[in-house]
Order: sequence, then structure tokens, then C-alpha cells
Amino acid sequence: MEIVNVKNLKKLYGDFLAVDNISFHINKGEIFGFLGPNGAGKTSTINMLTGLSRPSGSEIHINSIDAVRDIKKVQRIIGIVPDESNLYGEMNGFDNLCFCAALYGMEKKEREKKAKELLNLFNLTEAGNRPFRAYSKGMKRKLTIAAGIIHNPKILFLDEPTTGIDVESARHIRKLILDLKDKGTTIFLTTHYLEEAQRICDRIALIVKGRIVKIGTVNELMESTMQGHIVQLTYQGRMETVQKELKEHFPGCTIKILSNDSSQLINKEPVPLFPLLQLLHNKGVSVYEAKEIKPTLEDVFVEITGLETDRANK
Amino acid sequence: MKTLTAFWNILIKDIRNYYLKPPNISWGIIFPLSWTLMQIIRSTENIDIIQLLPGLMAMSILFGTTSMLAVTITFERRGRSFDRLLLAPVSLSILVLAKICGAVLFGCLNAFVPVIFASFFVSLGGINWGILFTAVFLIALTSTLIGLLIAVSAKEVFEAQTLSNFFRFPMLFLCGLFLPIQQLPAALRPISFCLPLTYGTDLLKGTITGSSIMHSAFSILMLLAFAAGLFLISRRSIQKKWIL
Ligand SMILES: Nc1ncnc2c1ncn2[C@@H]1O[C@H](COP(=O)(O)OP(=O)(O)O)[C@@H](O)[C@H]1O
Ligand SMILES: [Mg+2]
Repeated sequence: MEIVNVKNLKKLYGDFLAVDNISFHINKGEIFGFLGPNGAGKTSTINMLTGLSRPSGSEIHINSIDAVRDIKKVQRIIGIVPDESNLYGEMNGFDNLCFCAALYGMEKKEREKKAKELLNLFNLTEAGNRPFRAYSKGMKRKLTIAAGIIHNPKILFLDEPTTGIDVESARHIRKLILDLKDKGTTIFLTTHYLEEAQRICDRIALIVKGRIVKIGTVNELMESTMQGHIVQLTYQGRMETVQKELKEHFPGCTIKILSNDSSQLINKEPVPLFPLLQLLHNKGVSVYEAKEIKPTLEDVFVEITGLETDRANK
Repeated sequence: MKTLTAFWNILIKDIRNYYLKPPNISWGIIFPLSWTLMQIIRSTENIDIIQLLPGLMAMSILFGTTSMLAVTITFERRGRSFDRLLLAPVSLSILVLAKICGAVLFGCLNAFVPVIFASFFVSLGGINWGILFTAVFLIALTSTLIGLLIAVSAKEVFEAQTLSNFFRFPMLFLCGLFLPIQQLPAALRPISFCLPLTYGTDLLKGTITGSSIMHSAFSILMLLAFAAGLFLISRRSIQKKWIL
């Protein structure tokens, strides 16, 4: 079921088109990744969806509410974690959380209970009575996330949640995001880390220069750039001598010799390993390792964005 | 109910974070206090204190309110925490009201610093307190809204404070406090009547010294009209400037 539906979203700053007519939807309960380099238009998109900025044109429906006309109603069911923390430096962690809960109309008892729970969940209990401005970057980001979910939003918008913080905190945050998903929260996440997108997102939109250049599940994206099935072999022996037999056996395949002990066999169809290894064995090539090479999201990204720049240059 | 919770907590947070902080208390209380003392020391007869009271009150309110939003709004804009308020499910009107409420309260309290001082020296029996409170409240409200308009136009805290001084001092001289409006050059007089403070001062003067030039009901109406107008203009420019 679609919980967010965006059609022809556009953002003009003066005459600079930061978001160029993008359309996408987010399914209920999924982690939707918005992946793109700096300046691609990720934050601009989040700001328009959450009411911090006015779209220059579009239709946005969030949980069946028209977000362009009725953003205050939408804001009740969404949580927002901005790229830069926007909590109050002079207030302590606990008070910050309670204040954020109060903005959503939560009662005193309820918000204090929830604030304590969240401090605990984010390993910030001890820091709870220290002023926010004394927090480390990782702690700040965690408290900002806690503030974004204190009112139990249906949809959570996370703008680069792991950018600029230490590895350990980043891992903790990714785990928390996955836990939220398990509890049924729909998550919209922007990132410029390919690996992060690949690891935690269900579906990804690649955004470059304000345009979505590709959208789909992680597997779909990778398949789209796959030129065939690749088996990489490490061996002892002379591959050159068996090239002809291999081509007879696997019509249409290509052999790419990488070094004197490794080669790649590229084929349209998946390559059955047993006959391949047997053939090589019979020809005196002893194989130590055979593995399928899958393209990474990075390959996809480079290919697509490479194409994009080519197209733009023409 | 939910809106009320949000409103109340924004107000309380501002009071705790800003209004009760030493620099603001000193700006808001010490300044009018020292002015009052200075004037009282200089004056020899009781009658002078009563004559001075409207001016002192107006000044205390003006100084307590106009620069306040420069702090509470411009500062939060810089630190991006104001975004949090814009992202909350609270309408812009309620948000603006919650923000100005603290400053209005603060201004009203400031106004009574000189009154309390004066009460030690002279009898305040002849004052119509109903009108006095109304005047104080409306002056506080309109000056806060002017402060809001300034805060909306400024990017930096110091810019907002400079701007508010730019408006504050001419306003004090044109509103008829120090120099009666009839004695102002004819070219400046129309400007006086475009300032909410002129009507506020006249109300105060009317009830404290009995020397008003306009009917009090008229002044109240004018102040209300200014308040409504300023509120709408500020809200509109917030919407235009901050929700990009
Ligand atoms: N308020 C603004 N005024 C003018 N240009 C802006 C503004 N905000 C963002 N931009 C520009 O829009 C583009 C997209 O920015 P942004 O959405 O922040 O990208 P991302 O979050 O993907 O890094 C950038 O080129 C940026 O310089
Ligand atoms: Mg960004």
C-alpha cells in the first residue's frame, strides 16, 4: 500500500531548478532510500514533503492527506530528523525531548515517560541532564532522532542520519532504523553513502541534479546494469589454451584474462559450475576459487551518473 | 487541547530559556529601574514624578519588548531550532501568538517597575487602573509586534537589535512623550499619528496626568487596529520568508 505519493515535484530557487519534476511513491512499512551526491536535491525534497518549504509545483499525498493544502494535518503523523540538529543547545537532553513531545500535544506524564524510555534506548540516560550543546556529534544525532520519533510517527523522514559521525554511532543508528521498521514505521531516508543504502533500504531512488535517474529495489537496480553473469576464477595453469573449448561449451561467452592466475567468464545465462570446473580440470587448469561477481550499487551509480553527465554534456 | 499544550510549552520554554536569563532581566528591569531612579533623584517636587510616569512606563515597555523577539526568534532561526516549531503540527498563528506572548508579559511587568517605585513617593489614587492596564497591555502588544516584524526582516541577532534601536528612538521622540505632539514641526506630526506608541502614550497620560489629546476609546481602537494589522503583516511575511 502506498503511504506517500509524489507527482511532478519541483523546486525553484530563483531560476535555479533544484528539484526537477520528480515522481515517486513510498510503500507502507518500507525503508525508502533517496540516494544522491551532495547538492542533488535531497534536502530540498524532504523540506517540501514536510512543510518547511513550498513546492514550486506538485501533488503530494501523505497517508491520503493532500500535503500541499493541509500540511499541518500531515505534520501530526510524521517525524522529521534534519541533517543538522535543530534542538535547543541550552536545554538538557531530557527537557529537549519533553519539549518536542509537547509540540505534538502529548501530556506531561506521557512525555516524561517516553523521554526516559528513549534516552535509555539511545544509550543517553546519563547524558539526559547535560545541556545539549555539550553533546558529541554522534550523541546529538541520536537525540535528534529520538526527538523525531517521540510522538510515534507513522512516517519518519531522516536526512543523512549517519553523515559526519563516528562508525560506532552510525552502526547503532542503522540498527535503530531497522528496529523502527520492524515496528511498522515507514522510513524515508536520504544518504550519499551507497553502502548504507544498499544495506538498509528496501527501495532506492537515485537522484542526480534534481532528477530521479533510477528507482527500484536494490536487486532491480543491480540487475539493470548487469551485462551478464560473471564468474571469476583463480587457478594454476594456462587459460589461453582452453579458451576455444570454453567458447564451444558456453556459446556466446567471453573470457577476460585478468592476470596469469585469474580470469572472468562472462555469459548471458548463469554458468553451471560443475561442467566448467570439470572441463578446466581435464585441460590441466586447477581452479582454487570460483565465485560469482555481482555488481555493487556503486557500479550502478557510476554507470547511471556517468551516463547522466554524458547526456548533459551533449 | 493539544494546541493548548503546545502553546503553553512554547511560552514556558521561552520564559525559562530567555526571559529569566540575566542579560535580559538586566535589559528589561535594570534599564527602566535606573531611569526611574535617575529621574526621581533629579525631580524635587512630587508633581514631577507623576508627570514623568507615563514616559517611564512607555519606555520600559518599549525596551522590554522590541528587542526581545530579536533574541527569541532571530536566535532560534540562526540555530535552526525555529524549524522545529515550523515543522510541528501547530498553526502559524498559534506559533506567533505563543512567541509574542512571553514578550508581551515581560513588557507588562516592566511597565510596573516605575509604577511601584513612584508609589513610594506619590499618591496614585487618581489613576483609572482599568485604562492603565489596557494601555500597558496594548503598548506591549504593539511594540512586541513591531519587534516581531523586525525579527522577521533580520538575519542576525545583532542586526535585529540594531534595527530595533533604529525604530525605538525616533518612536520615543515622535510619540509625544517628551515633546507634546502640538509642539512638533508640522511635517513630523502626521508621522506621529502613524505610530501606535502615540496612542498608547496618550492613554497613559490621560489616566495618569489627565492630559490626553484624544478620547481613550479612540486610542484603544487605534491600538487594536495596529495590533491586528501588525499581526497579519508579520504572519504573512513569516509565511513568505521562512517557508521558502
Ligand atoms: N535556499 C536555497 N536557495 C538557493 N539554492 C538552494 C537553497 N537550498 C538549496 N539550494 C541549492 O539546491 C541544490 C540542492 O540542494 P539540497 O537539496 O540541499 O541538496 P542535497 O541535500 O541533496 O545535498 C543545491 O545546488 C543547493 O545549492
Ligand atoms: Mg542535504
